[in-house]
Amino acid sequence: MTEMVYGSVPAQAADPILPRWWRTIDRWTMACILILFAVGLLLGLAASPPLAARNGLPPFYYVERQAIFGGLALIAMLAFSMMSPQTVRRLGVLGFVAAFGALLALPFLGTDFGKGAVRWFSLGFASFQPSEFLKPGFIVITAWLMAAAQDFDGPPGRLWSFGLMGLVVALLVMQPDFGQAALILFAWGVLYFVAGAPMTLLVVIAGLVAFGGSLAYQSSEHFARRIDGFLAADVDPRTQIGYATNAIQEGGFFGVGVGEGEVKWSLPDAHTDFIIAVAAEEYGLVLVLVILALFAVIVVRSLVRLVRERDPFTRLAGTGLACTFAVQAMVNMGVAVRLLPAKGMTLPFVSYGGSSIIAAGIAVGMLLALTRTRPQGEIGDILLRGRRG
Amino acid sequence: MSAAGFDPGAGVRSPLRPLARILRAREAGENPDLIEAEQRRRRHEATRDKARSRAQFRLMLLAFTFVAGFIAIGGRMAIIAASIAEEPVAEATGNPIINQRADITDRNGRILATNFDTHALYAQPRQMVNPERAATELARIFPELDQGRLLRDFTGGRTFLWIRRQISPEQMQAVHDIGDPGLLFGPREMRLYPNGPVAAHILGGYGYGREGVNSAEVIGTAGVERFFDTRLRDPAEGGEPLALSIDLTVQATMEEVLDGGMVVMNARGAAGILMDVQTGEIVAMASLPDFDPNNRPAPLTTGDAADSPLFNRAMQGVYELGSVFKIFAAAQALDLGLVNPETMIETRGPLTWGRFRITDSHAMPNQMTVADVIAESSNVGAARIAQMIGPVRQRAFLTALGLTEAVPLQMVEAPTGAPIVQSNWSDLTTLTVGFGHGISVSPLHLAAAYASLVNGGTRVVPTLLRQDRPLAGERVVSAETSAQVRMMLRRVVTDGTASFANIGAYAIGGKTGTAEKPGRGGYQANRNLATFASVFPAEAPRYVLIVTLDEPVETSGPQPRRTAGWTAVPVATEVIRRVAPLLGLRPTGTD
Repeated sequence: MTEMVYGSVPAQAADPILPRWWRTIDRWTMACILILFAVGLLLGLAASPPLAARNGLPPFYYVERQAIFGGLALIAMLAFSMMSPQTVRRLGVLGFVAAFGALLALPFLGTDFGKGAVRWFSLGFASFQPSEFLKPGFIVITAWLMAAAQDFDGPPGRLWSFGLMGLVVALLVMQPDFGQAALILFAWGVLYFVAGAPMTLLVVIAGLVAFGGSLAYQSSEHFARRIDGFLAADVDPRTQIGYATNAIQEGGFFGVGVGEGEVKWSLPDAHTDFIIAVAAEEYGLVLVLVILALFAVIVVRSLVRLVRERDPFTRLAGTGLACTFAVQAMVNMGVAVRLLPAKGMTLPFVSYGGSSIIAAGIAVGMLLALTRTRPQGEIGDILLRGRRG
Repeated sequence: MSAAGFDPGAGVRSPLRPLARILRAREAGENPDLIEAEQRRRRHEATRDKARSRAQFRLMLLAFTFVAGFIAIGGRMAIIAASIAEEPVAEATGNPIINQRADITDRNGRILATNFDTHALYAQPRQMVNPERAATELARIFPELDQGRLLRDFTGGRTFLWIRRQISPEQMQAVHDIGDPGLLFGPREMRLYPNGPVAAHILGGYGYGREGVNSAEVIGTAGVERFFDTRLRDPAEGGEPLALSIDLTVQATMEEVLDGGMVVMNARGAAGILMDVQTGEIVAMASLPDFDPNNRPAPLTTGDAADSPLFNRAMQGVYELGSVFKIFAAAQALDLGLVNPETMIETRGPLTWGRFRITDSHAMPNQMTVADVIAESSNVGAARIAQMIGPVRQRAFLTALGLTEAVPLQMVEAPTGAPIVQSNWSDLTTLTVGFGHGISVSPLHLAAAYASLVNGGTRVVPTLLRQDRPLAGERVVSAETSAQVRMMLRRVVTDGTASFANIGAYAIGGKTGTAEKPGRGGYQANRNLATFASVFPAEAPRYVLIVTLDEPVETSGPQPRRTAGWTAVPVATEVIRRVAPLLGLRPTGTD
């Protein structure tokens, strides 16, 4: 008995958690997210002092807050990235239920911060926007339902998820928050597309979206004004878009220099929706291209890794999270260059967002968890077992 | 929707519980459910693989779409970044501010008005570091600014305000030295009149129209600046200077002499016009007191506008000019063939017409020739000549000379110089107009009418633009009448009331006029308007010069003298003596 203990290597039930996490995580994507966060802080230093000055706060008040919330977001990201897809699914569903409840309570307990739409809970030290936390949860639960639907004798998950999507979108439109509603709709559409939507149905849905858009145009002045502004042939230099365009022109290829930008003083949303204009003005096209490349690397690497994924839930949920993340960035920057109509949407991790950056951290953490390298029943998994987890 | 529902291969698959295998397993004592579980697992794998292969393509499609989207955004960003930036100027909504106002020159191309780079001072209070200090320092640099008001503006939530429209380089440096980032300079142009008050009334003044922080529109506010505002700002003109008919040297000389004459003659004001009798070009036009258009005074809001230095006596001041009008009656009578210069006219006074008595200022013979009526300036004689003409013909003649409507000069103030004419042109009006009362015209009207009479008899319309050829005006009097008029005007100088103009160097012709200014309770003997309307050289006049003095008093003798012969004539003569050489006229003899 003694020699069985003495001198022998203690048997391990499994790999240690951290080394295995490091081995299997998509380190490129994680690095890109960390860089994005750093860029966000850098731009916050440039873009947020005017806001702080307007609110009578110390110049770097919002940078400090961004650093604090960003730190929390990174912790959440790391924590979620260590979970198994199963845990992600469970927490995601629970989170969705909680966020959905909060969304329902908004009309009674929420506040509009004088912006004309009840979207926030005011917690005193911070505000909390349930729809931000709802998004990752919704994607997880939809992926779960659709994956289950693919199972032999599975539940009618697509129908159920469709109903759920309709409910959430209706709630968001009532706020009104067309941006988040569109993102939810988009996420569901992507999941359905990857889960195997018939092409004819896709065409029908596209038609319905167009119809819904025109309906919204006619019924909501808020929405109509933005579309009109986009369709107008000339950029009115006094609009946000006009200032943003001018900032990009001023910046040119290498920027006007750190802290030399002017646009942040004229744009009320310089620290959120038009952060890219600040980046373009102070650091030039170079930084904009770097930011674009970071987003592109994140989404492409995640999708390519998901191509090899065998588990339908993991694949669907990962796809939904990656695509929502990317499309949000695309809309934000597309608006600034006037490829898309003005629609308030933050640039994930870069814009100042308070508590919403935590939601983004959770979503990216889930994405990292879902894109971790796992045995996929391929011959390589067996042959290269020693090198992979 | 079940998994089988979208699996087209469901119908041909092997059943979940293949009967033969189940029976065999039962016989072997194995659990047949294991077979079903195995079958289920296989079928599950099959659907999964199918879904996976389909998803693979769609995922790649998504990834491709996103990459394409990001490239599109990056490309668009690069296109915008490569384009030229244009500062959004809130003040300029439509067309951009065009900042090239053409210069104004005299007839020889010398600058009368040009542009000068300067800066405007404005504030963006939100960027201010220390509004209190900025307000204090600004009030020190610009004493006319109110410190309390500045501080209110800087701290009251305004985002932008103009502080000064234009500042000097020294002031700019002083503001720089305050060092507040909220105090900013906007480059712009200002109008500069390098000759100061010379030709001030003609040029007028400027102000700013639309103002941006990068430039401001310079617009004319008076005079030719205003009249030609569109022309001066028209980019199609390419900044081509506007050449006026004014001769800068002559203008300055005339102003100098008038100024001296005004002092010597103790006059309230003076006006002078020098005009080319063939082309109507105004070579010089002055009104004193004057002002500096670089710092144009504000117009008077109360009292008589004529008391302001902005008032142009030569063009806007309409007066009953008196005896200078007598030549019109004489000329018309000559032209109509009613008289010739030697025709004797009854001049015994007084001439009574209803309640009115027309008398002469000094004793006259009972009969005088027409030429002597003009030379000695007999009111009664002129009234008698006018009586021969009659109201209808007189009015038509004065209208033909342009004396009944405003002179269409290229100045925005021109319409304010419209004559005051009796609405009911009665027989009495005819008599009084004959010697220059009952009709009020400006010295400019007089210049045009004299030019028309002496230039051979064709109508002259005054102009401020340089002309290349004489005007072909319509005929007013015959050439013969014109010659007789010239002769009579010359006689006024040689034998009549304008003897001070009888100098050797130049042959001057002209007619004096001393009009009593109307006041409360009738005409005032001691408040006169003395005018000398002169032409030179007398035989073949090239220029007409009108000099008018407002309430002059010549005090060298024992009695104060107020007549034009003693006041306006010497001043006008001095003007001619000085400007004739400048105009290229050779002296005909020694003085």
